[in-house]
Amino acid sequence: MIFKEILIRYGELSTKGRNKNDFIRRLRENIRYSFHDILPLNIRAERDRMFIEIENDEKYQVLMERLPEIFGIQSFSPVASCNKNMDDMKQLAIEIMAQHSNQPLTFKVEVRRTDKTFPYDTHMIQRELGGTVLSKYQNISVQVKNPDVELRVEVRHDAIYMMGQIVPGAGGMPIGSNGKSLLMLSGGIDSPVAGYLMMKRGVRIEAIHFYSPPYTSEHSLQKVKDLANELTKFGAKIRLHIIPFTEIQVLIKERVPENMTMTTTRRMMLRIADKVREEIGALAIVTGESLGQVASQTLESLTAINDVTSTPILRPLIAADKLDIIHIAERIGTYETSVLPYEDCCTIFTPARPKTKPKIEKVAHYESFTDFDELIERAVRNRETHLLPEKKVTADKFADLL
Amino acid sequence: MNSNTIYLDNSATTKPLPEVMQTFLQVNELYYANPASIHEAGVEANALLMRAREQIANIVRTEAKDVIFTAGGTESNNFAIFGTAQANVHKGKHIITTKIEHPSVLEAVKILAQQGFEVDYLSVNEAGVISLDELRSKVRKDTILVSIMHVNNEMGAIQPIQDAAKIIHEQSRAIFHVDAVQSFGKIPVQFNDQNGPDLITISGHKIHALKGSGALIFRKKLTIAPYIVGGGQEFGLRSGTVAVPQAVALAKASRIAVEAMAEKTLQYEKWYKDLHLFLRNFGSNIHLLSSEAGAAHIISFSVKELKGEILINALQKHGIIVSTSSACSSKQTTTSHVVEALNIAPSFKKGVLRLSFGAQTIDAHIEQFKTIFSDIMCDLKGENK
Repeated sequence: MIFKEILIRYGELSTKGRNKNDFIRRLRENIRYSFHDILPLNIRAERDRMFIEIENDEKYQVLMERLPEIFGIQSFSPVASCNKNMDDMKQLAIEIMAQHSNQPLTFKVEVRRTDKTFPYDTHMIQRELGGTVLSKYQNISVQVKNPDVELRVEVRHDAIYMMGQIVPGAGGMPIGSNGKSLLMLSGGIDSPVAGYLMMKRGVRIEAIHFYSPPYTSEHSLQKVKDLANELTKFGAKIRLHIIPFTEIQVLIKERVPENMTMTTTRRMMLRIADKVREEIGALAIVTGESLGQVASQTLESLTAINDVTSTPILRPLIAADKLDIIHIAERIGTYETSVLPYEDCCTIFTPARPKTKPKIEKVAHYESFTDFDELIERAVRNRETHLLPEKKVTADKFADLL
Repeated sequence: MNSNTIYLDNSATTKPLPEVMQTFLQVNELYYANPASIHEAGVEANALLMRAREQIANIVRTEAKDVIFTAGGTESNNFAIFGTAQANVHKGKHIITTKIEHPSVLEAVKILAQQGFEVDYLSVNEAGVISLDELRSKVRKDTILVSIMHVNNEMGAIQPIQDAAKIIHEQSRAIFHVDAVQSFGKIPVQFNDQNGPDLITISGHKIHALKGSGALIFRKKLTIAPYIVGGGQEFGLRSGTVAVPQAVALAKASRIAVEAMAEKTLQYEKWYKDLHLFLRNFGSNIHLLSSEAGAAHIISFSVKELKGEILINALQKHGIIVSTSSACSSKQTTTSHVVEALNIAPSFKKGVLRLSFGAQTIDAHIEQFKTIFSDIMCDLKGENK
């Protein structure tokens, strides 16, 4: 194990002036959260970068595996160290460059001498280490202007530090640095992706799901929990609010003309979501809506649905193509769960021909004959909440079988 | 077989462990639903199947989704070879294997050879081990598949898988398949990135699980075509309703084997050394095919100018079950391809015997074998020990 620490370069937050300390603090917290299973972590934060100490190989593996998924990190590098003499430095340079020796590439040696008393100057170090690497690996050559790899050498007071690999991070901003929003999580492909994109912009997420037993099964509920759970791996806990929705859905079907039920259903969902949002102190509502994808996502429908609230509704996917959304879902690991075949509350009582251009006045007119307020209050009051990730289930009924 | 039988043919197959049988029965009683069904019982069966997959994946250090359950070693080997060849034919048509592979590999590549693939066979030295230099000289840019068994089933030679993997991955884009049927559960079998295999075959009934169960395990998402097509089970790679009870039994037997590996290895090594010493007493009448560097659970030797069958029958009369070189080829009258590849003297080619130990072998079995075998040799050869 030659690596002693991992150097982390901050994402966009370098440019954020006064808020910087807050961002660094959140990033540090998020890292500790994501690696809660390998604590304690020794994290040292500087103005433009952060160092995590590595004590053993296992820790190193876990860090390298999960760091690319944490928001607020532009890139990171494993850093090795050795004693301050030329033989050890050469040996370390060879070991670090070994990982790049499979394909032909160019490199240069970059030196930073914090310890000015070190007998070798920058040029000598570059020449010695460069020569060593060149004679060891045939397919590596030198390029100073635009090398594929920079072998960075830092001469510090205690030791020599070296790195030769820059791993791209997830970018974005640390979760929590941009407030909290409520995500409408359906169980489909889009909403988890919308949640992911907002989290990447530093938004802390709580999720709301509408559940219509007995028409939708326990499995569809489990599916939504699994999806929310998938999202927690990006560095934050997520609270999931499950709204009992059967009563309202049945009532809508009775009281509203069939081709309007879809619009009214969405309006009720949004009213409920808005109430929950207010209770939890979130500022906005996030949805996975994408323009024109289905009847409820035409501009006319969105307008009619949006009419029930003045809360900002964030729709990060509004202009995204389905294929691009699927691509992100696959990358973040929610796709496979999303396409499981369980029905959700939107697919029951679907009208054969829903209005794609509903008029607000008409919808409001039909709804005005029924008092939904009390049902909405009750649904909000009777909601179930789950904090994810959930603690592992205690009893394992398969244990003796395996 | 009655309960007094001394069973020393564990490389042919093993007796399922009682706890594995219990799992098998319980899964059949409680989780018999089709794991592809969406009702609750199906979901539960699938959850159990995934746990079995995970357990095996952990042992060989890969991910659960890379474990494909099959009906055994032969299917896994066929799948690995035909699947790789079909999916990679655009990259090349060159295949490398060894002369001492199991027939499920050799016959498969023979069919590919008839279809226009070029097959190179690595030879082995007298200890049954391939030459890395020969491998190095044969791996080419257009090599798409190298299939090398880990432990030989007839005489226990262990191949240098790690070194071979380095050579193969450095010199080509070939997929490296390792038939680990005889090694899994007995010596460590693991993926190891560039220094290990890409595909591993394992079989259940060699490690005290049930016959008709095995797996082909992938290092990463490889391009390999399905060999059995249909309903798209096992991630589309192996259709057919998955035999959940067999798969769970395989996972359990694997765990038990791996947990007991250190202890069993010590035992096997003790018996192996003991029998080596014992057999050397017969001087020039016995030739040892197994070498000290081979696997400790297989010991193979040959008696001069005698047919293996005669010895097997004689031992059987005293309740001891052993086999000629391998169960698959023991009914054929010709000399086995492995014995041919080892290049041993003609007078020793017919009398090959194989003893293989398993989890239920005990000290007394080995002692009993020694006594009976001495008597038989005395009768047949007039040896005085």
